[in-house]
Amino acid sequence: MFDSLSDRLQGVFAKLRGQGKLTEKDVDAAMREIRMVLLEADVNYKVVKQFVEHVKERAVGEGVTKSVTPAQQVVKIVYDEMVDILGGTQQALKFASHPPSVIMLVGLQGSGKTTAAAKLAVMLRRQGRDPMLVAADIYRPAAVEQLQTLGGQIDVPVAYYRHKSAVAIVEEALREATRTGRDVVILDTAGRLHIDEDMMQELVDIKSSVPPGESLLVVDAMTGQDAVNVALAFLDKVDFDGIILTKMDGDARGGAALSMKSVTGKPIKLASVGEKVNDLEVFHPDRVASRILGMGDIVTLVEKAEDTMTEERARKLEEKLRKHRFDFDDFLEQMEQLRSMGGLSKVLEMVPGMGNVAGTYGLDLDDRRMKRIEAIIQSMTREERQNPHVLNASRRRRVAAGSGTSTQDVNQLVKQFAQMQKLLKQFSGKGGEMGMMKRLFPF
Amino acid sequence: MAGKGKKKHPKGKPKKRRAKPLREETREQAAGEEVRPKEELEPAPLSEPLPGETEAIELEGPVDGSVGAEAEPPEEEGEEWGRRLRRGMSRSRRAITMPFTRAAARKAITPEFWTEAEDALIAADAGVACSARIVENAKKRIISEGIRDIEGLKDAFRREVVAMLESFGEPPEPPPERPRVIFIAGVNGVGKTTTAAKIGFLLKEKGNKILFAAADTFRAAGIEQMEMWASRVVAPVVSHQAGGDPAAVVYDSIESAKAKSIDTVLVDTAGRLHTKKNLMEELGKMWRVADRQLPGRPEAILVIDATTGQNGVSQARIFGEVLDVSSIALTKMDGSAKGGVVMAIGMELGIPVAYIGVGEGISDLKPFDPEQYATALF
Repeated sequence: MFDSLSDRLQGVFAKLRGQGKLTEKDVDAAMREIRMVLLEADVNYKVVKQFVEHVKERAVGEGVTKSVTPAQQVVKIVYDEMVDILGGTQQALKFASHPPSVIMLVGLQGSGKTTAAAKLAVMLRRQGRDPMLVAADIYRPAAVEQLQTLGGQIDVPVAYYRHKSAVAIVEEALREATRTGRDVVILDTAGRLHIDEDMMQELVDIKSSVPPGESLLVVDAMTGQDAVNVALAFLDKVDFDGIILTKMDGDARGGAALSMKSVTGKPIKLASVGEKVNDLEVFHPDRVASRILGMGDIVTLVEKAEDTMTEERARKLEEKLRKHRFDFDDFLEQMEQLRSMGGLSKVLEMVPGMGNVAGTYGLDLDDRRMKRIEAIIQSMTREERQNPHVLNASRRRRVAAGSGTSTQDVNQLVKQFAQMQKLLKQFSGKGGEMGMMKRLFPF
Repeated sequence: MAGKGKKKHPKGKPKKRRAKPLREETREQAAGEEVRPKEELEPAPLSEPLPGETEAIELEGPVDGSVGAEAEPPEEEGEEWGRRLRRGMSRSRRAITMPFTRAAARKAITPEFWTEAEDALIAADAGVACSARIVENAKKRIISEGIRDIEGLKDAFRREVVAMLESFGEPPEPPPERPRVIFIAGVNGVGKTTTAAKIGFLLKEKGNKILFAAADTFRAAGIEQMEMWASRVVAPVVSHQAGGDPAAVVYDSIESAKAKSIDTVLVDTAGRLHTKKNLMEELGKMWRVADRQLPGRPEAILVIDATTGQNGVSQARIFGEVLDVSSIALTKMDGSAKGGVVMAIGMELGIPVAYIGVGEGISDLKPFDPEQYATALF
């Protein structure tokens, strides 16, 4: 989601880098552009003002104009300040020493609380916990059914008691959790306007009846300037410990993300980056800052890969890459893993300088296309999979017929595969990822 | 209560405040932000130094600061509803009226007034370009008409907002062919289902025979939610099973509408991020199915949540590539958000706002009135 923000900032930096020496005027001009870029990304206007002032002050204080590498220094200052407003280092969820821990989700209508609750349950279960969901939204039509359906899909119990108040439901659910040995209870509360006194009071009541170890404000990443007003109102009336940003898979430029921490002082802890139940990620401010500045997010990529790839398979793959013997069989296997990592475009996004590669090379694979590709590869003979260059026209026609696709589809895949092989060679070349990073980003 | 009293004469305060804006002014100028005003201001036949220059224009009339905060715009018909819209929007109205209260405190239009006015519009999500244009036009108007009082300043801004909103055209008139099919589309969580229900309620009150198509087969309990609303509106609903093909729901509902001589079919679509290609393709398929089946063309209303930022422009553009988005329904205006992004959308894509919603009740959605919106804004 930070792509277009990243693109715009890269443009500003490129202009700076084009100049050997920077005058104060150049810095000012760059700052004005950054102001514009940030405002268009919906960063709160007060935060923008502060941000630009800080960067300017530091640029002057650190004598950027006299430096031998002025542009790099400006980028560094912008990066530092960005990490700073995003909230420094990552903050983990807190758990009670005596289970069950209670996590309460609050937010406006439509911010994505119910979906986030289910995703959080999946994430916690992956970490070896035993979560339970509580349907405390007794107002929105079909809200309880929605959570129950989601609970069924992910196989996590959903507590709900008909004809009870939200407070009573939560209290009863907590007893139930203790009885059944669940160690985390996730409360899905009703969406409410921050200015609705009665509804805000309900949250206060829930909080005082079962003090949650963690209250999280759920915020839609597409929210505009009002995001901070909402957050401040929730902070003032019910208080919260952290933020979950949802709908990060859209093309919003992430202004809300940039405003939140500096205005509320509360960290963004989690981010929802897709529609699937395991598309909830821990939010790392430093990594997001480097993603915004186009430096990629190799750490998250490696972690994701570790999650899905066993050591054994990784070693085998590395070996193959080194020998430049990556074939369609490997591709098939990789696709499986890619899919569990969120798809190729998402992976490439995290590689420094690769943010746009997916689009440029037409590697933007959605699920349906992935299935088609699978079918094509599976229709190839073993020889064809290992030596794609034997695929002549007649073989391609056969593969197309066998997989129920067209020859064009097969052609396209073979072409893309060749490109991918080239790409992978670059990675496995000297220096690996770090070398790549340095070549692409000399600062 | 007596202890606090009313600060009618914040004497001494203007002085204190003045120090800060002055600093801002020099900085802004050093940054070279004030390049335009000069040529623009030349034609204005004023004897005093001009706004945007180093000196200020003095204001006349009541300038004790309370004007900006309290002035109630004239009531019109539909008073109760208008009041609620204003109440919603006045929650954080301070931000947007701040330039005026400050100008009142300074007793003058100073260069920082224009910057503050632009910030205020940006804070309302109108976007950088759109805010700049409104300020620019208001400035011209204020100078050429020699406006010197706070109410006059506000009114100039109101008129600019109205002019901008009206320049996007009018929402389309109902076509002569029956049934009329309206798609309700938008990203997740903006309130599509409730908006579909409320538009249905409005049309029904006008004597339309309506039918709902529960085409959100994706979201858990999406169909149930539409059915509950349909029973509140007391209108028929066509629904399939969860996970079914939404295009089939569209097909069946139009067939059913033809059989029952329904006037308007409201299609409640699943929320989808405009960046999801396959989901947008699914929407395109639903649209084509409707288009083939109808004597006329289907229509689409894009639902935009008032809290949406500049991403709304991207939403409108991409939804517009798949559907004929002929108007916008602006929802959730009962919070503190101003929904200014509809101006940014209109400026770029020329899509007018048709409806505006201020609450969860079934009658809380109304046809959009630019005058009312502008009045509530300032």
